[in-house]
Amino acid sequence: MMYKTIDKKMLFSYLEEIKDPEVPVLSIIDLGIVRDIVLHDDEVEVFITPTYSGCPAMDMIATEIRVELATLGFKKVIITQTISPPWTTDWMSDEGKRKLKAYGIAAPDKRFVIPADGVECPLCNSTDTKLMSAFSSTACKSLYQCNDCKEPFDYFKCH
Amino acid sequence: MDNSLINYTLHLADTTLILSQRNSEWCGHGPILEQDIAITNISLDLLGQSRNFYQYAAQLINFSKHSEAKVSPSGGDLEGASEDSLAYLRTEREFKNLLLVELQNGDWGQTVLRQFFFSQFQYLLFEQLQQSKDEQLAAIAAKAIKETTYHVRWSSEWVIRLGDGTDESHQRMLHAIDELWRYTGELFEAAEYETAMGIDLAAIKQKWTEKVIAVFDEATLPVPENSFMQLGGKKGVHTEQLGYILTELQYMQRTYPNSNW
Repeated sequence: MMYKTIDKKMLFSYLEEIKDPEVPVLSIIDLGIVRDIVLHDDEVEVFITPTYSGCPAMDMIATEIRVELATLGFKKVIITQTISPPWTTDWMSDEGKRKLKAYGIAAPDKRFVIPADGVECPLCNSTDTKLMSAFSSTACKSLYQCNDCKEPFDYFKCH
Repeated sequence: MDNSLINYTLHLADTTLILSQRNSEWCGHGPILEQDIAITNISLDLLGQSRNFYQYAAQLINFSKHSEAKVSPSGGDLEGASEDSLAYLRTEREFKNLLLVELQNGDWGQTVLRQFFFSQFQYLLFEQLQQSKDEQLAAIAAKAIKETTYHVRWSSEWVIRLGDGTDESHQRMLHAIDELWRYTGELFEAAEYETAMGIDLAAIKQKWTEKVIAVFDEATLPVPENSFMQLGGKKGVHTEQLGYILTELQYMQRTYPNSNW
């Protein structure tokens, strides 16, 4: 049974394989969604926290965690959702921020806690950019346009 | 067990659900694409908050009915009430939402003005609720207030843009104030369960009024003098309009009971 040789640290790396279905370049570990893992023999409990209250990806993420852990041989998988302390982009890894930019999404930037003009364009690095809307294609992003390369892009909001 | 906590949680759940449902009617009909996305994002935030409140209410209800029942850590194996049964199978008179949120959308100006009145209130309420002795309500509020901050900013900007915009937009905002003002008194009229929960609505009213005056001044809009205020929603006495929303919202579950995605 594979699960017998697995410790908590290894489990976190297995869960790296699970991506956010709405930002598929980020793993749920990069995002800081997995808060803790508790192992008892062939049982495992995973504590996850939603990014936004209404994040529709949470059910899918929970299902994928179940599948991943069942594949590793765990007999019982419990997913517990916690909301306190509330999720924050401070929990996003540096690796996650790098991957976001490479994917074309500007990473959370402390200088823009309130979205405003000037967030660095992830495509051409210009800071001559314009906030189009504080809301975008998912709850976690704002919509921008770059005045230099003219491309629209998303900014992952500080939260 | 005293039912105040259950009733108060249902009041918060119903209010956010109904406003979410109303705003979602704009999906595909917003004035421009970015604003269509904005209003539906707000709708989604409210739905998420509503689910948190309903899940908690269901837990409380089931616990009070079967105090020895097993409560699973995930909340998944509870018998009886669920977030779905509370949203889909209660009748008009059982809904405790604010009247303000059940009103028809009207035009864009009326929709953004309602969001402004509500979000300003919700922000101040969540500030207080974060300090609640009830840990779960405090946690939901602490999470949701980050979202509400965006709703306050967005709706304030729109009230200013339309109030201080063209003659047409200004007239429409005056009309929206006429339609909505009389439903704002209910925000601050405490129901028994709010008093029992120790919510200080008088403190919220004072701050809310200051915020509204500041934004209306910038929007060149008049703040109405105190006038007659319509009450009832918190006690389950609603306008005619709630029945129509519930009919649409609950249709599937009532026609095909226990249907699932």
